[in-house]
Amino acid sequence: MKIARQHSIEQEASERKKNFLEVSFGLNEERAFIEAKRCLECKNPICTEGCPVGIDIRSFVQLILQKDYLGAVQKIRETNYLPAICGRVCPQETQCEQVCTMGKKHEPVAIGKLERFVADFELANNLFCPPTISERRDEKVAIVGSGPAGLTCAAELGKLGYQVTIFEALHGIGGVLRYGIPEFRLPKKILDIEAERIQALGVKIYTNFLVGRTATIDELFDEWKFNAIFLGTGAGTPSFMGIPGESLSGVYSANEFLTRINLMKAYSFPEYDTPIRIGQQIAVIGGGNTAMDAVRTAKRLGAERAYLIYRRSREEMPAREEEIHHAEEEGIEFLLLTNPTKILGDKNNWVCGIECLKMELGDSDDSGRRKPVAIKDSEFVIPVQTVIEAVGQKPNPIIQQTTSGLNVGKRGTVVVNDVQQTSREGIFAGGDLTRGGATVILAMGDGKIAAKEIHKYLQAKSKKLEEQFTATTIAEPVLA
Amino acid sequence: MYLITHKEKLSQTITKYVVKAPFIAPKRKAGNFVILRVEEHGERIPITIVDSDAKEGTITLIVQAIGKTTKLLATKNVGDYILDVVGPLGNPTPIENHGAVVCIGGGVGTAEMLPIAKALKKAGNSIYTIIGARSKELIILENEMKEISDKTFITTDDGSYGRKGVVTDQLKDLLDAPLGISAVYAIGPLPMMKFVSLLTKQYDVQTLVSLNAIMVDGTGMCGGCRVTIGGEMKFACVDGPEFDGHQVDFDEMLMRSRSYLAMEKISDELFTHQCQLEK
Repeated sequence: MKIARQHSIEQEASERKKNFLEVSFGLNEERAFIEAKRCLECKNPICTEGCPVGIDIRSFVQLILQKDYLGAVQKIRETNYLPAICGRVCPQETQCEQVCTMGKKHEPVAIGKLERFVADFELANNLFCPPTISERRDEKVAIVGSGPAGLTCAAELGKLGYQVTIFEALHGIGGVLRYGIPEFRLPKKILDIEAERIQALGVKIYTNFLVGRTATIDELFDEWKFNAIFLGTGAGTPSFMGIPGESLSGVYSANEFLTRINLMKAYSFPEYDTPIRIGQQIAVIGGGNTAMDAVRTAKRLGAERAYLIYRRSREEMPAREEEIHHAEEEGIEFLLLTNPTKILGDKNNWVCGIECLKMELGDSDDSGRRKPVAIKDSEFVIPVQTVIEAVGQKPNPIIQQTTSGLNVGKRGTVVVNDVQQTSREGIFAGGDLTRGGATVILAMGDGKIAAKEIHKYLQAKSKKLEEQFTATTIAEPVLA
Repeated sequence: MYLITHKEKLSQTITKYVVKAPFIAPKRKAGNFVILRVEEHGERIPITIVDSDAKEGTITLIVQAIGKTTKLLATKNVGDYILDVVGPLGNPTPIENHGAVVCIGGGVGTAEMLPIAKALKKAGNSIYTIIGARSKELIILENEMKEISDKTFITTDDGSYGRKGVVTDQLKDLLDAPLGISAVYAIGPLPMMKFVSLLTKQYDVQTLVSLNAIMVDGTGMCGGCRVTIGGEMKFACVDGPEFDGHQVDFDEMLMRSRSYLAMEKISDELFTHQCQLEK
């Protein structure tokens, strides 16, 4: 096999760091065809096992080879209703592509890029047609949160004919897909279109509705008469390092920074009213995908020097390799093995610098990664006017606080069994709310499992009701 | 889309709006707020709910037009819509029977105090109300407050109405008098709440203040509204908005609240300029 893995067409780094347009344009038809040819058509397609939603990868790749791109995307949509999103933001390298047989000796098949190609083909040619729903069911299911877990669960239940309503606290739907992931990685238009397609299944969406406050879970059951509820409220509460200076002006959580930019379009201030202030030098603390998104966004907002401060080495960074690589290309300066200890402020209470310590790697810790240890007397100060902390998130606490009988784990996560059931009957949960901060595709996988389980639960319940009903109707003449 | 069903000017800059919000109206308690966005390009701003009518499905908001967003809202009339309203947000005010309490409203803060004072009255408290403002023109809801108060005092900085001076002057007299004041609720500008808290600390009288911090989502997601309470970081939107005034780091909050002054000025000037052009 001599054909090399095909690469996406990308915007030049020197150009793209000045705009919010998509970094990657994906594969063109020619490249997609070549790439599809690299698939070995394994008898036992382990790639599908590597996919949290179980896409029939071999089949859709073969359809590309037959130039049946619409057939290919329809094949994907059987198991994944958000292919244009997943084709862009899934960490394929640690999932389907990681187990790809081709990858054992060569580079794995670019499955994610092929997924995006067919999804974009369908979109560009306006070929989408909604699946026929064979049976409309009376049972009502509430989905709390319109992020990847909620949207997926809603789509699956919508396909089964249930009366599905999504409740979203913000004014725009998509959860982290909207407020978190920047336009240059996932255009909002793509999100809008895929969300519209879910609505086309008959799924209703209420925005500006904060479950726990606007209506509690119990009220959704008792007053709104929902028969089952899926919780997908994510992990939106930001953590802070707890170092001095975090209350200075110019210090943001990555969540606030990205929400101002992505949800509120602060990059178009004053055309849009939400402000953001970015210094000539900025620092982002953290090494995950959120940190990469924040630092690359800051660069695009005009920061001359954008630093990424991470306390371990590049090896341990949890961000996707592709994102790290893109960040490096865009001129992000990585300060590795560096730990911030203090944020410094000027007389107007604005950030003017960040003090850090140099670190070295010691023994492995609980996470299996080598623990960073501070090097004595290695303090140094970098002048920055903006500090963005991307050091992790916790689940939003409102539902847990306002719902009785819901088992909550140590870090505020809602506890579920292996089929996404919570400790309360009729309530299911998934995504970051149960995982405490993971990926879009894992959240989608949870949403799928939950939908299947909700279906089972509602079927069993209606069967039980039916039996009871039959029992009473039979019993009546006897009583009479 | 949230319909404005009633609009009433309370002063030159302060307006009362009644807004159709059928899910929020029956759920709202004293101390709750909403976050609204007036138009597509607008920002999200927190506004306290002053009253609600569950039967009509409406909420009442009282807003002072001081920046772009609040001025834009003031251009909306009965029959117009507010794009987004979410709530009720924040924890309701803890209401108990303290005996005698002082309720202090500074400027438009009086509007936020009204539902709390009402709830405190209902819980059996004697209410001593202080309404303070820079001048007579900015005193609002005097009659409404008088109706539920055992005694109402007015202070203005310029002496144009009531007692010349600040609310703490009047508060000190009440704390010195043998009225058995055992709690103080204060809502108004940050410096006012700071000085009220400093004074009541001397008298060891528990004090509740409502913090109107910079906020984006209002659901505990952005961390923008973080305030230091007793040395700990709290989020005003989900841990508050009310806190023990003796524990609040007011100076830090004052500085943080000024983060966007320059940009707020740009927005405001652009908007005011545009308005005048339209005239």
